[in-house]
Amino acid sequence: MAYSNKVIDHYENPRNVGSFDKDDDTVATGMVGAPACGDVMKLQIKVNAAGIIEDAKFKTYGCGSAIASSSLVTEWVKGKSLDEAQQIKNTDIAQELALPPVKIHCSILAEDAIKAAIADYKQKHGG
Amino acid sequence: MKLPIYLDYAATTPVDARVAEKMMQFLTMDGEFGNPASRSHRFGWQAEEAVEIARSQIAELVNADPREIVFTSGATESNNLAIKGAADFYRKKGKHLITVKTEHKATLDTMRQLEREGYEVTYLEPQTDGMVTVAMLEAAIRPDTSVISVMFVNNEIGVVQDIAAIGELCRSKGIIFHVDAAQAAGKLDIDLQALKVDLMSFSGHKAYGPKGIGALFVRRKPRIRLEAQMHGGGHERGMRSGTLPTHQIVAMGEAFRLAKLEMHDEIKRITALRDRLLNGVKDIEQVFLNGNREHRVPHITNISFNYVEGESLIMALKDIAVSSGSACTSASLEPSYVLRALGMSDELAHSSIRFSIGRYTTEEQIDHTIKIVHQAIEKLRAMSPLWDMYKDGVDLNTVAWVAH
Repeated sequence: MAYSNKVIDHYENPRNVGSFDKDDDTVATGMVGAPACGDVMKLQIKVNAAGIIEDAKFKTYGCGSAIASSSLVTEWVKGKSLDEAQQIKNTDIAQELALPPVKIHCSILAEDAIKAAIADYKQKHGG
Repeated sequence: MKLPIYLDYAATTPVDARVAEKMMQFLTMDGEFGNPASRSHRFGWQAEEAVEIARSQIAELVNADPREIVFTSGATESNNLAIKGAADFYRKKGKHLITVKTEHKATLDTMRQLEREGYEVTYLEPQTDGMVTVAMLEAAIRPDTSVISVMFVNNEIGVVQDIAAIGELCRSKGIIFHVDAAQAAGKLDIDLQALKVDLMSFSGHKAYGPKGIGALFVRRKPRIRLEAQMHGGGHERGMRSGTLPTHQIVAMGEAFRLAKLEMHDEIKRITALRDRLLNGVKDIEQVFLNGNREHRVPHITNISFNYVEGESLIMALKDIAVSSGSACTSASLEPSYVLRALGMSDELAHSSIRFSIGRYTTEEQIDHTIKIVHQAIEKLRAMSPLWDMYKDGVDLNTVAWVAH
């Protein structure tokens, strides 16, 4: 499969790989996908008192596009409020990375990961 | 060392330079370009002679009679001709066919087509090591079973089926036995005088010949009849019409002649390289060799690297040309149906790579491959949430995944 240069760049130099302590109160985790489908994304966000995402980290099991999509969203969510991050669309991710049609599900998964992380944060903080 | 390193010989092999040299002599005005079916001049006679020599060379590799060799466009066509041709010709005997879930698509899809035409097909599930037993076949045979098709060497995992024993069973029951030997010719000894095989498919390009040429062995004693699938000028004793591509046939003949001469030395060399590769990766955690360990060709090695996804692994191995599953299926995102048929989980099947070694593979290339594999696995596992969970002792089967 021919990948775009952006996918290759994110795949070869993934941004923000890693984990935060999931029990830290400011950290929220979104894990989406399934091993049987060939991709699992874990996105963690660190949210400050003002409700701004200060930092983000990911770990992904999946193809190059899945890794690139998650790497990209860790960059995108940083500095955004939860509401702003909630607005990130899979189509933006797919467009930025020039994903081929068979890889669109990777961008959908990345969007789902953001939403799952935000939902986890809101649940942790009773809201 | 030149990169990328080619380790996908099971997908196709380069044409041996000696074969290409020979092939070029049958194309131009200065060469022997004639139509082997032309009976009225020496251009035709010479081409016909070259075709007959090639036919003998192919027969010699597998200890058959040259008159039992029918040229086709490749193993896919050979499988189609053998299975459809025999099923059609012997349909009065019955309309039940048996094959195995791990066969090549050329067999499985042919069987599917026959199902649409009113035949019934049993698809046997092999053991988890890829082997089919005589007992499994015996249990599946019905009074109306007419054709059984089992491949000699599996193209994804390299396991070798017990063709001799299956042949005995088929002969004793009066069932036509077809064997797809695309990955077997030149890789192990085939003796068609001894094996009770009625039809056997061969490919040129899996054995250092060109693409677009193959052959079907059609037994003369006892005589096996086929309904032609390609009609026309009655070439190949009516079994496969179409002008014979002299240059490709001559090349396949030369490739098979070289295989007969060099096969035993080559097997030894490739076995040593395969062992070197296996030794080099065996210390990586959660690595599994797929398929039976004993009954296998050394050329094909299929390994699962748990908790690493296959496509990203192939990306990480970008200087090494390998495949996940077969070339015919890697365009899809489905895990290999062959590995699934062995009862392997989707995720382990997704994490599998086929390394296939061939005539031009060197020790240096294998050593480099081992190094790159180590780096890739380390990098991808550091990025894999599944690896973390495994390390934390989480049983992945108990996690409530959100399938998508």
